[in-house]
Formats: sequence, structure tokens, C-alpha cells
Amino acid sequence: MKQLGTIYGINGPIVYVKGRTLFQMSEKVFVGKEKLIGEVISLDNDRTTIQVYEETSGMKPGEPVYSTGSPVSVMLGPGILNNIFDGIERPLKKIAEISGEYIHRGADVKLLDTEKKWPVHVMVEVGQEVIGGTIIAEVPETKTILHKSMIPPNIEGRVVEVVEDGEYNITEPIVKVKQLDESIVEIKLAQEWPIRNPRPTRSRFESSIPLVTGQRVVDSLFPIAKGGTAAIPGGFGTGKTMMQHQIAKYSDADIIIYIGCGERGNEMTEVLEDFSELIDPKSGNSLMERTSLIANTSNMPVAAREASIYTGTTLAEYYRDMGYDVAIMADSTSRWAEALRELSGRLEEMPAEEGFPAYLASRIATFYERAGLMQNFNDTEGSVSIIGAVSPQGGDFSEPVTQNTKRFVRCFWGLDKALAHERHYPAVNWLDSYSEYVGDLAAWYRDNVSPDFVDNRRQIVEILHQESSLMDVVKLIGSDVLPDDQKLTIEIGRVIRLGFLQQNAFHPEDTSVPLLKQEKMMEIILYLRKRCKSLISHGMPMSLLKREDIFTKIIAIKYDVPNDKLEMFDQYKKDIDKFYTKIMDKNA
Amino acid sequence: MSIEYLGLDSINGPLVVLEGVQDAAYDEIVEFSVQRTEQKLGRIIEVYEDKAIIQVFEDTTNMSLENTHTKLTGHSMELPLAPEMLGRTFDGIGRPIDGLGELNYISKRDINGDPLNPVRREFPRNFIQTGLSAIDALTTLIRGQKLPIFSGNGLPHDKLAAQIVRQANLGKENNEDFGIVFAAMGVKHDVADFFRRTFEESGVIDHVTMFLNLADDPVVERLITPKVALTAAEFLAYDLGKHILVILTDMTSYCEALREVSSSKQEIPSRKGYPGYLYSDLASMYERAGIVDGKPGSVTQIPILTMPNDDITHPIPDLTGYITEGQIVLDRTLAGKSVYPPINILPSLSRLMKGGIGEKYTREDHQAVADQLFASYSKVNDARSLASVIGEDELSDTDKRYLSFGEKMENTFIGQEIDENRTIIETLDLAWDMLHILPREELNRIDTKLLDKYFDEDR
Ligand SMILES: Nc1ncnc2c1ncn2[C@@H]1O[C@H](COP(=O)(O)OP(=O)(O)O)[C@@H](O)[C@H]1O
Ligand SMILES: [Mg+2]
Repeated sequence: MKQLGTIYGINGPIVYVKGRTLFQMSEKVFVGKEKLIGEVISLDNDRTTIQVYEETSGMKPGEPVYSTGSPVSVMLGPGILNNIFDGIERPLKKIAEISGEYIHRGADVKLLDTEKKWPVHVMVEVGQEVIGGTIIAEVPETKTILHKSMIPPNIEGRVVEVVEDGEYNITEPIVKVKQLDESIVEIKLAQEWPIRNPRPTRSRFESSIPLVTGQRVVDSLFPIAKGGTAAIPGGFGTGKTMMQHQIAKYSDADIIIYIGCGERGNEMTEVLEDFSELIDPKSGNSLMERTSLIANTSNMPVAAREASIYTGTTLAEYYRDMGYDVAIMADSTSRWAEALRELSGRLEEMPAEEGFPAYLASRIATFYERAGLMQNFNDTEGSVSIIGAVSPQGGDFSEPVTQNTKRFVRCFWGLDKALAHERHYPAVNWLDSYSEYVGDLAAWYRDNVSPDFVDNRRQIVEILHQESSLMDVVKLIGSDVLPDDQKLTIEIGRVIRLGFLQQNAFHPEDTSVPLLKQEKMMEIILYLRKRCKSLISHGMPMSLLKREDIFTKIIAIKYDVPNDKLEMFDQYKKDIDKFYTKIMDKNA
Repeated sequence: MSIEYLGLDSINGPLVVLEGVQDAAYDEIVEFSVQRTEQKLGRIIEVYEDKAIIQVFEDTTNMSLENTHTKLTGHSMELPLAPEMLGRTFDGIGRPIDGLGELNYISKRDINGDPLNPVRREFPRNFIQTGLSAIDALTTLIRGQKLPIFSGNGLPHDKLAAQIVRQANLGKENNEDFGIVFAAMGVKHDVADFFRRTFEESGVIDHVTMFLNLADDPVVERLITPKVALTAAEFLAYDLGKHILVILTDMTSYCEALREVSSSKQEIPSRKGYPGYLYSDLASMYERAGIVDGKPGSVTQIPILTMPNDDITHPIPDLTGYITEGQIVLDRTLAGKSVYPPINILPSLSRLMKGGIGEKYTREDHQAVADQLFASYSKVNDARSLASVIGEDELSDTDKRYLSFGEKMENTFIGQEIDENRTIIETLDLAWDMLHILPREELNRIDTKLLDKYFDEDR
């Protein structure tokens, strides 16, 4: 660490060093007497600009700025899971041990625990050729996840020394590799990686497997693929965070990276409390064992907010490289974009739309590009799926962050204020939302759920669209004047909305639903429609049909049929038949 | 520290520039002496080598490039703290103005506060009964929550806040130590007086700390007031273990002051002239609500804001709603129908409600009843607009029932007397009364078991 300059000016999180300096672009620096962490963001002939990741209050011109020679990086190794970090991967539990309930700046903490001894099983032998990505050791990081320590990218050579299986901390060498240039490098359980550089992979390919979330409107209507991207735009209170929590809890990803970017402190506390108690059905352990949280809450420094997104993504890529399916929840990407705007404004850059910098679109694109299903250098396959919440100003989707995000994601789950107001949750608007993965995933659904799944889904979507156009008419003239087949469409639309799309996150049975139950629910609704259609074609009026309680019963299936008692659907089918014969007999 | 600089290099609105300073720190507080008679405070908001850009908290009138002496204080803005702050009144930057003399300060703290570490927060779960049905049933207030009132000019937000203060079980029943911190930003004298009278009449005045920046007080000082108030609140809550309710009014005046300073700095505005950092700035205050794990006290916030043009998408309510844990929205149409409190329940929300209601805290049916009331009330508007097109007589029987459900909901459930204090059980029973207006099959948010128990078909 070498002093390369002194502070000339301070404007919030932005600090200037005068003159032509030897700093490098994106270099991590220590700023001021308290050695606050910062990053070089521009270099000119006459000045260097630094963004500081901590509160700069009290800092003075003339204080030193130190160089580290390396870009802002995170530490990758065991200890990431079942943990919570700030935007630049400083462990919040350790910070609390040092400074109590408040986060004071300048806390000097190691990113990952360097003392803890991990049980290590070495996976390579002396003489073995290794490349970046080769798995050298396995470490049971949590009860759920087996950590695979890898040769860092850019290193290649032959193993010349390995340790015995045993207990090691992350600073001890595990293997030594003689590189092609004859130099020897020590490989440890942990490695550093600059947060703004995507970790390399061999190749990317199209995913044909869904990320199953247990949420009906997602899985059945607008599915996301493993390695896919989705945006959840919505005004405040429409359910973005709840939806992210639900997916983090119930999706079939191996690992969840949850980035709380500029949102509420209590929400992070809630995730910590809930996820520690909730049991992951797949592993039988607590959900935290597969989860890592990055928290830059709205009252934490804004420069670290900008970094938090990259920190989280880098952690996700690291586990992908081990062959895991990782899902990132980013709540909210708008706060990240606003952090960009705030920093850009302080730099007096030329603004484009609504004060956002002109590079907003390219930054959003680069972020979502880091998602994907990849073939790794160690021949495993892993994926990073990104689900980003968007918080449009005034709830208006025409604003720049929503619009630019839409260009780069393939799923759009638009949340609707009116639906949220009537407490229709999840408030995903079925008319505006879409998934470009439906076609890619069709074969998987056919083979793994039901041959009819894709067709049933199509019918459900069609009914919803018809219902919506009919409702426009009803609003003007009432429903009485409609012909009976249209009344039926409205009634079935209602059954789909209340019985299928609405899903109560607080109900033990309804909170997450297996695909097979989703399929059976669609089937039974369509069966009900078929029988009703037939009744109507026999001249039975809708008013007669509606007098029966079968509609209410079908709507209540979500609560009444437990997720592991799908055989109960047979009885419902019989009930529909009974309803059919009853009406026919009585009125024929 | 004691160097004094004579003269300034520029004055522009609330901003002054001082060149040739030594050792000035970013965010440092400076003291001005104008003509050696008038004292003012300012804060360094940018510093370049020996040039400091300073935001003056009071008015800059009377200041000239020649007549002002400037002194650096060596620290950022601090508030001196004393347990006997409860019962006292201060100006907008924390100086006592009640003529009761100085306090025995035992500590002082930076008013900006530090962020609470999420691992040391405790998730708030304790129900506070306000005695107001619309709030208790539908937008439940939880101890440690930040729950703003979105209002409009001339709507009874002050009355509502006062009623909450009078009726809420802040700790009175359980003999828990409680206090109220009241911060006024740019409100009129009569509003401040109204609140003082309310506190006196309900016998809590000894438990109240007031910070007053009134409409005729300096605008820029307003930027300090909520931070001072929250610093006092945190001290009372976490150092002294009290349950503190903070009322911040009017946040709109605060935001306007922020915009004024921003534009005099010629910053690039985002929406409606407000600076891009309005979100972070508001968050740095609202996030100071909460409960610290292992400590006895709590900070609950009820910020009040008036929505310009009653527009909820205006940046002030919009950004507030993105930060707070819900909102209580007042509505001019309801007020026009003489409904008090005129709470429009549909856009209102309490995000912490789910953790503080139900069998353990209120009653088993609470969540289901709330969901049903929201869902059913949202249909009332459809029925009303249909009635206005085809006429009430032409409505189906169900739609007619929705109309009378809506009337009853507004007049006897949301609407109540200004001194009417309902228990949550009374509120929920009243809700079931209303739900009986509707046919049972319309109640699809309530599961069969609860319907069997609480819905009497023969009524
Ligand atoms: N799936 C759901 N089931 C039940 N309630 C929900 C659901 N989604 C959202 N909510 C309700 O809506 C409130 C706001 O949701 P939240 O996700 O915090 O909104 P946002 O992040 O968009 O501001 C929650 O506190 C909860 O009461
Ligand atoms: Mg949210």
C-alpha cells in the first residue's frame, strides 16, 4: 500500500486527487486518514476521481490516498453461504461484533473468516495437469452445499505438491502448481476476483429447463429458464419483494444470492430470521444453508450500492463454476440505477433521460448478460439466473430503467397497482406480462409434467384474454345482456383468477405448489368449462349453472387439496360430472 | 479551531463560498457571526483544497461579502442529549425555546446517525391498537414501524395523528416507558398549537419532546429538524429504553427545502426539480425507525406529508412509499362525503401487518377478513360506475348488495367519531356485520372453516 496522492476536493462520496497520478482505472484505493475503501472511476491529466464506499463526513483536503494496485475485488471461498455481507462483501455479523448495532465506517474486517478451519478433501494428485476451473478440493461449506475449490482462471500447469486431507483455513496452501513458465503458485481454498469482470466459462448454451418456483403465475404462465433473466417491475406495495422472497424460498435453484440493493433494513432482517427457520424441502436443512445475502440498505452509502450488484453477481458466478444452479434476486435494480445517476450527477456528466447517464442501458445490459447456462472449464454445467425487481418512478413503466431493462430480459412479470389494491397477489398482470422461454421449455414440460401442459396453458391464457375484453363491455352495460357462452367465459375467467392466479404467500399449503398440482388445477378448470359449455349448448342458462356451488368449490381447491394429496382431483372431476347430470336431469 | 475568517467570496441563495480556509472538513459545521451581532450556522457541503462551499441553515439576508466572520467548529452537526428532553420544546435545530432554561446534557451525538446493522435489528411484530377500525383492521400499526400518512392540503391528517396519539396503547396500559417526539417542519403556528393542546389534554405532555421549525422559520433549517428529532428519539429509545413514537410533519416542506438547496447548487434534477438523491436522503431518516435486538426500546415513525395536487405519483409520496413500511392514504372524495377519518383503504397498506396479527396477537380471522374487505370494497367502485351508467335499478341483486356494503363500509366502519376508541375485537365484529350484506359465495378470500364459524347464513 503506497501513497500516490493527496485529497484535493470532497463532494459527498466523490473525492478528487489533483494532478496526473499513477493510479489505475477501477483500482481499489484507501482514502484519507481512516483509510476508507474507494475505487478510481476516472483519470484525467489534471485530476483523478474516486468514489468512496463509506461515509466521507469529516474528511479533509490534504489527507492521503493510498494505492493497492488491484481492482475492487471480492474474496471467493467457503464461508460465503449462510452469511450476510455489505455491498463490498464485508461480513455484517463481524462488523456488529466490532461496532455494535450501528455500522461505523472504516471497520477493518476480513471479507471471509481466515481463522476457521474447514474439513478439506483434496481432489487432485501430484503430476496432474490443471487449468483454471479444475476442482482441487471439496469442502462441506454448509449442511446443504459441498464447496468445490477451484484453480483460479488464468492459471494453468502441473500439480507439484498437495496437502493431506484434513482441516485447513482459507489462507493455507492446498496445492502448488508449476505453471507453464516454470513459476510455482500456491492455490488456497479462497481466491480473489474483480467484481466488474465476468468470470470466464467455456461456452454458453440455451436452457431448456425451467427454474421451478412453486408460484403458479410464473411456472404455468410465464416461466423462466435456469440461466434466464426476468424483471419484476411494479410501484411500491405491489409485491416485488414478496415475489423475490417466495422465489428465493421455494425455487429449485441450488443456491440463492439475495441482493438487497437500496431497500429496507427490516426486509433483510426478515430474510435472515425466516430463512434460518424455514426448511428447504430438497435438503431438509434450513434455507440459509444455501443462501448468501448482500445488503446495502437504503441508508447505507450509495457508492457501495452501485457495487453491491456486481459483488452479488460475482459470488453467483463462482458457485456456477462449481456446477451449481444459482439464482440471483436483485431488489431493487432501480436503486442501483439511481446510485449510478447520483454518482454521475456529482461528476457533472451530461445526463440523458430523467437525469440518468447515457451509459445506463449498457450497464443494465452487461448486468443481465452475466446470467446464463454455462459449460464450465471443469466440464460441469452451471447456471446463473437473474431476477431483478424494478421500482419505476410513479409506478409508470415508461421510465428509463423499466424500458431499458425490458430490452435485455426475457421474462417480464409486470405488477399491477389495481390488482395489488384489491389484494390480488401475486399482482402479476396476465395481459402485459410475458415469457420468451415458453417455447424453449415446452418439451421439458411435456416430458416431465404432462403431455397436455403446454396446450392447457395456452387455453388458460386465451380465456383470460377473452374475459378481459368482455369485462370492458360489462363495465359499460352490465353482464345481464351477454349471451350465455360469454357469461361462461367470464365465470371461468373468474375461477382462473381467484382459484389459480391468486396465490396466498401466507397460506401453508398455497405458498408453494408443485408443477403437477398446477397442471391438475388447470385441467380441472378446463374440464369444468367443457361441461358447462355442453350444458349451455343444451340450452341451460348460465344463471342456473351459477346457482350451484361447484365454482366456489373449484376456486377453493388451492386451499382444500394438500400438495401431497393430488388423488383428490378425481373426486372433483366426479363432482363436476354430478353437477352436470343434476342440471341435465332437473331441466331437460 | 479558533481561527476566524473575515469575509466571504460569494453568496448565492443559501450557499456561500469561503476561500483560503485551512483544515476544513467535508460535512463540518461552521459558525457565522454577521456584523458581530447575528449568529448563524452552516454546513460544508463541498470542499476543494482551501475553498469551502457552505450551506447556511438560516436565511442569508444581511450577510455580505464583508460583514461576516466564519469559524470552523471541527465537527459535524451534533445534538446534545439529556433524559429531561421529554417534556421540553426546542427549535428546529435543537435549541430549547420554552424558557425553561438549559438542560443537563449527558452526551451528544452526530445528527446524521449511522445505519443500523440489519443483523442487529429485530423484526417488528407488536400490534399497536389505535382504536381506529380502518387502521387496526386493514393497515395495522406495528411497534417499530414507519407508517406515513399521505394527505392533501386541508384534509384532517393532524386530527387523525392526534387521535392516534390519544388512543394508541403506546405503553400506557402495560406501564411501559413511552415517549413522543414531535418534529414540525414548516407547519403553521396553529398546527403546532393544536398538537401541543392534544398532548396536554391527553395528559402525555410530560412525555413529549417537540422540535419546531414553523412556517416563518428559516427554510434551510428544516433540513436539520427531522434529523435532530430522530437523534433524540434514538437516544430515548435505545439508551433509555423507551418506546418512542415520532411524528414528522410536514415531510413535503422538508423535501421542498431540499429542492431549494439543490437548485441553488445547480445540481442536475431528476423528477419535478427534486434532486436524484431525494430517495437516499429520505431513507436516511425513515430507516431510523425500528427495534434493536436485545434492547428494550423502539422507534415508531408516523411521518405526515401532503401530496401536491393530491397526486400519489408525485416524487415525495412516491419515494416515501418505496421506503416506508406501508402508507395510510387520505382521500378528498371521502372527506367530501363527511367520512372521518377519510382513509382510502385500497391504496393504503401496512407491510408489517402480517407479522403482528392473527390468533397470537389479535384474532384468527383478522388476515382473512382484511383480505376480504379489500377485495369486496374494490368491487364497490365497479358497481358504482355501472350504476351511474345503467341506473341503480337495473343492477343485479349482487351489485346492489355491493352498493349497500360500500355505504356501510364508509359510514360505519371507516368512518367513526373523533373520540371513538374501538377495540380490535369490536372492529372485527363490525367487519363481519358488514360482510353479512354480501352473499356467502362472494366471500372467496375467507376459507370455509372461518366462514362456518363467523358467517351466519340465516342473518
Ligand atoms: N403473494 C402474496 N401473498 C400475500 N400477500 C402479498 C403477496 N405479495 C405481496 N403481498 C402483500 O403486499 C405487501 C407489499 O409487498 P412487497 O413485496 O413488500 O411490495 P414491493 O416490494 O413491491 O413494494 C406485503 O407486505 C404483503 O402484505
Ligand atoms: Mg420491495
